[in-house]
Amino acid sequence: MYPVSRDRQAKFRPGWDFRDLLTLLAMLVVIFAIIRTAAKFSGSYYGNLQIFTNPRVLPGYTAQTLLRMLSAYLCSLVFTLIYAYTAYRSKVAALILIPLLDILQSIPVLSFLPGVVLALISMFPGQRIGVEIAAVLLIFTGMTWNMTFSFYQSLQSIPQELKEAASIYRLNKWQQFWQLEFPSGAIGLVWNSVMSVAGGWFFLMAIESFTLGKQDFRLPGLGSYLKASADQGNFGAIAWGLLVLVSIIITIDFLVWRPLIAWAEKFKFETSEAQDVPSSAVLDFIRRSPTIRAFKGAVLLPMQSLLDRGIVNAFPPQSNSQVRPPRSPVLEWVNWIFLSGFSLIVLWGIWEAFLLVKVLGWSDWQQVITGAMLSALRVIVAMILSLLWTVPVGVAIGRNPRLAQLLQPIVQVAASVPATALFPILLLGLAQVGGGLQVGSVLLMMLGTMWYILFNVIAGAQSIPSELFEAAKIYKLSRLQRWKTLILPGIFPYLITGVITAVGGAWNASIVSEYIQFQGKTITTLGLGSTISQATESGNFALLLAATSVMSLLVVLTNRLVWRPLYQLANDRYRLLL
Amino acid sequence: MAVTAATQSLIMLKDVGKSYEQPNGQRISILEKINFELRTGEIVALLGPSGSGKSTLMRMIAGLIAPSEGQISYHDSPLLGLNPGVAIVFQSFALYPWLTVLENVELGLKAKGEPAEASLKKAMRMIDVIGLDGFENAYPKELSGGMRQRVGFARALAVEPELLCMDEPFSALDVLTAENLRFELIDLWLERRIPTKGILIVTHGIEEAVILADRIIVLGRNPGRIRADLAVTLPHYRDRKSAEFQALVDQVYKILTNPDLDLQVPATTTAQPKAQQPEKYQSLPQVRISSIAGLLELLEDRQETDLYRLGQELQLEVDDILPIVEAAKLMELVRIPEGDIHLTDLGRQFIDGRTDERKEIVQKQLLSHIRLVQQIYRLLQAKRNQRITEELILDILQAHFSPQEAERQLKTAIDWARYAELYSYDAPSGELFLEKPLEEEV
Repeated sequence: MYPVSRDRQAKFRPGWDFRDLLTLLAMLVVIFAIIRTAAKFSGSYYGNLQIFTNPRVLPGYTAQTLLRMLSAYLCSLVFTLIYAYTAYRSKVAALILIPLLDILQSIPVLSFLPGVVLALISMFPGQRIGVEIAAVLLIFTGMTWNMTFSFYQSLQSIPQELKEAASIYRLNKWQQFWQLEFPSGAIGLVWNSVMSVAGGWFFLMAIESFTLGKQDFRLPGLGSYLKASADQGNFGAIAWGLLVLVSIIITIDFLVWRPLIAWAEKFKFETSEAQDVPSSAVLDFIRRSPTIRAFKGAVLLPMQSLLDRGIVNAFPPQSNSQVRPPRSPVLEWVNWIFLSGFSLIVLWGIWEAFLLVKVLGWSDWQQVITGAMLSALRVIVAMILSLLWTVPVGVAIGRNPRLAQLLQPIVQVAASVPATALFPILLLGLAQVGGGLQVGSVLLMMLGTMWYILFNVIAGAQSIPSELFEAAKIYKLSRLQRWKTLILPGIFPYLITGVITAVGGAWNASIVSEYIQFQGKTITTLGLGSTISQATESGNFALLLAATSVMSLLVVLTNRLVWRPLYQLANDRYRLLL
Repeated sequence: MAVTAATQSLIMLKDVGKSYEQPNGQRISILEKINFELRTGEIVALLGPSGSGKSTLMRMIAGLIAPSEGQISYHDSPLLGLNPGVAIVFQSFALYPWLTVLENVELGLKAKGEPAEASLKKAMRMIDVIGLDGFENAYPKELSGGMRQRVGFARALAVEPELLCMDEPFSALDVLTAENLRFELIDLWLERRIPTKGILIVTHGIEEAVILADRIIVLGRNPGRIRADLAVTLPHYRDRKSAEFQALVDQVYKILTNPDLDLQVPATTTAQPKAQQPEKYQSLPQVRISSIAGLLELLEDRQETDLYRLGQELQLEVDDILPIVEAAKLMELVRIPEGDIHLTDLGRQFIDGRTDERKEIVQKQLLSHIRLVQQIYRLLQAKRNQRITEELILDILQAHFSPQEAERQLKTAIDWARYAELYSYDAPSGELFLEKPLEEEV
């Protein structure tokens, strides 16, 4: 895991208008559509798969887990490139695609679960492939939105003169993509890939083994292995599983992410050479290897130029045809027809959703609303507790290079373990201590999300110029004054970024942490997350729709009403002038 | 200048104009009624203050932007889309940081689909001509600014454009590097080592224009239009110190500092009812009061009143000094007859005054001469809580300016009024509010 920097949407529309309402309603309709899919299908599953807990199965399980992860990541990448590029190239498409993306990313990933799984099972009746594809698809939904957003944002912020150079030198669309657009987005894409894959591990653990409508779904993999081991209370197996998981994550970091991050440095829009560039031993090795250089010269480069030339010859540069017609009233009309058609679909969907939800009784709604309040309370408590320890610790690490050198690798390893993998083990402990899931779920939420805050606090503390600390010393500021006037304002923008990410993660985590099946028993506590899990398991689609909608609405509304203004404030007032 | 036997028309502009529609439906005119011809064998400079639309004009000739009215012809046939004979050298160089020098230079050649060897040969030749040998494999961030712009030149010349357009190509470079590159460009041009048939350079440097160009087209602003079209007949490798050179620079300075003096009045504009908009706001130059004060202090004990020499002495480009002069003129602190600058009596009072007396003078001048400040002040006085939102003012301004320019205007109006302690601005809420009168605070 790495410090997250989320630069998207630095400027927001200040006011609300009908589009915001439409977006919210559209979100409800999308949720409805997903859940409706689930209600439509009833497939049969090929039967329960035995998950072994003998460490000897681990290599095979790990390979399968990695394959799932890789397929999901590749799907996300392709989706990202196509989706963001389309939105960038076509104004009309962006009108639909970008709000839709906003909607999709605010729906908790695990709410997609029943719809996706049941649809795929009925498409491949009796075959394992259906569940496999469902798992990949679910990880994909967890990975892709932030990558797409980042790439779209990078495309939007390509400097005007570079675009003009591309058209004046007559690069065709293909060349523009590879010479200008893809390189511009590369850095954002790499960093978001790192985040996405970390998020992918989180869900993978939950997705490899779950229950849906009285049926157990299991796929052989690291996640199901850990779950099965914990169910049996087999500590040796748990240790083996965790060891493999952590070493896999560290290996991937060393062999894939570090080299990619170092490589992406090349795509920075900067005019001078930076001081502190990420480096990677693996990348250096590849770049200096004579074998690879020879291979590149003899095979890769000729292939590349052949492809390039082929495409240029197939689509010769046009010189005299790209005059954009002035914005005609017809286009405005099309725009309006589009928008009103979209509104009609949304209204119809809302009506259908209403019909589905109508069957819910007062007690169901009571459960959803109390659950929402309890879960919100847990999220808030989890955030406060996380802040209480991460802010002092993060600032200490950030201000002390020696401490940072010592602790950062340890913290990174700790953070890289997906929280969902630790749930079963933690539960073993919690069952002994007591307090139950009421308290336990807060702990589980923290486990998954506090790292985002910690990493951002460290980055924030490092970004405060030391002159400001020297000034604080010269003017003899007390400890309290120093925190109030220097450290807290200094890390504020980073803190907000970290908390926004963490809160999103906490809501998602509530679904898996408030309702847990363990050693054959179901441990649960009242909350919105447990309501969703329970509705999923029992196939109560009306309840699932209600609970998911409430959660998404909560997420969107807090984003709009709390985080965006705070983020704006952070950008306007607390950005350090350099 | 190397005289070619027969010159042909390369680019012809006929009544070309460009305007944008604002989100609120208002049309903002950037350029109006531009007529000129660019012939082969000419170096033409487009000279004007910022906001005169000179870069827009160049981009229209290159075909990057379509004109809203009028017609642009290339080789006597109307231009649609990108101009096939144009390459551009950009102010910010616009090099792709992830490509090496060679790859950047080859960019346009590859896009044309040239075979690999031919493309490499042409690129290497241009790299040689421009003096970049040995740097083929360097990345732009490893190079100095001057070397980067050489890459920009090599990339443009490699595609063998008929017309080389340059958008303030030297303004991001230091003085010596810029001078060096200018003369090398003239060398290439005079010795015909490049196949280019015409050069169009956008600049705000008067001397740069006089050094390079065979013709200088001076643009005015609000809206951008051609104010003068001057032929420069001095032979090349011009001497900055020669009397003819200085006279020419002086003449251009006079035109630029005197907005009422148009050497070329288009015949069609005579009947334009300009007076129909008495509400029109002055365009406030974006300068600080402290800069104006600095200029006045400098003028106090000087005999030299020639603006051009003043600028030279201060090492300020015309784009830097003109806004300051303009602001001082708006507040009637200076007079500018014929390119000379003189302090007014008020200007003298300002210099002699203490801080609060200076503030008083500025306050009085702002309220009597600057429409925008006047209006904001009245609006604030009319409101009971003496606060208004910035959006209100921006909305009014956007009937006259583009959104960015409206914001700049407001910023200047706030900055000046803060100095004069008329009203102030609360950044977090985005509201303007009335300052309490001075006496109460003391």
